Amino acid sequence: MNLKIEESNQAVIVVVKEERLDAHNSETLKQELSRLFAEGKTKVVVDLKDVRFIDSSGLGALVSGFKNASARQSSLKISSLQSQVKSMFELTRLHRVFDIYTTIDEALETF
Amino acid sequence: MKQDKIELHIKIPNQTKYLSLIGKISEELAVQLQNYSGDRESLANHVNVVLTEALVNAIRHANADNPEEVVEVRIIVTEDELVMQVFDHGKGFDMNGVSQSLPNNREQLEDHGRGLFIMRSLMDSVDYYPVEGGNVLEMRKSFN
Repeated sequence: MNLKIEESNQAVIVVVKEERLDAHNSETLKQELSRLFAEGKTKVVVDLKDVRFIDSSGLGALVSGFKNASARQSSLKISSLQSQVKSMFELTRLHRVFDIYTTIDEALETF
Repeated sequence: MKQDKIELHIKIPNQTKYLSLIGKISEELAVQLQNYSGDRESLANHVNVVLTEALVNAIRHANADNPEEVVEVRIIVTEDELVMQVFDHGKGFDMNGVSQSLPNNREQLEDHGRGLFIMRSLMDSVDYYPVEGGNVLEMRKSFN
């Protein structure tokens, strides 16, 4: 899986550079988020601008990151959902669980 | 074969790297379903999602991630419905024993357990039953 990791002030931005976030590649994202929180990062944004397709495994990797963040008094936010991805968050009601923003900058401003 | 009826039979190795290929084929087919009365772009995404979920169930669970196994997919388009079947060679599972609700409780938010909910939500029917040599997960979507 192609992930671009950037640091901005105290926050880490994880840009998923894939068209699909599914059972084939989502374990890598799950492990990367786990590593970041284990390292002590407290503010993480996952940007899904390039992701056109997400399945339950992709959602599960983000849920895993969210739980990891919550257990460490840290924060995981999500940005830039394409319409089909947004509809999957809504179908599974996960839009009520995550803090979702239109852009990376908007997400960063809320930390 | 009746005019306008389409049947695709695809066999893939039991590996998740082929999810994208089946997803693309099914999307391409769905956008061309002239008889479907709704939004075909949305249908294409839904078909991609549910087939991905069904394939992952077969690859990871029924066929226990064995890369030597094969998964067979059949996509059948008739005048009034789309039928998708995913065959596995595993022991099967009791689909009725799987919770119908979402694992979203704040106290017990789970990573897993949304696949079947997604399939049931986006399709008209989802069934799982034994056939010779394994099982089939069958999903149907009416065009009306």
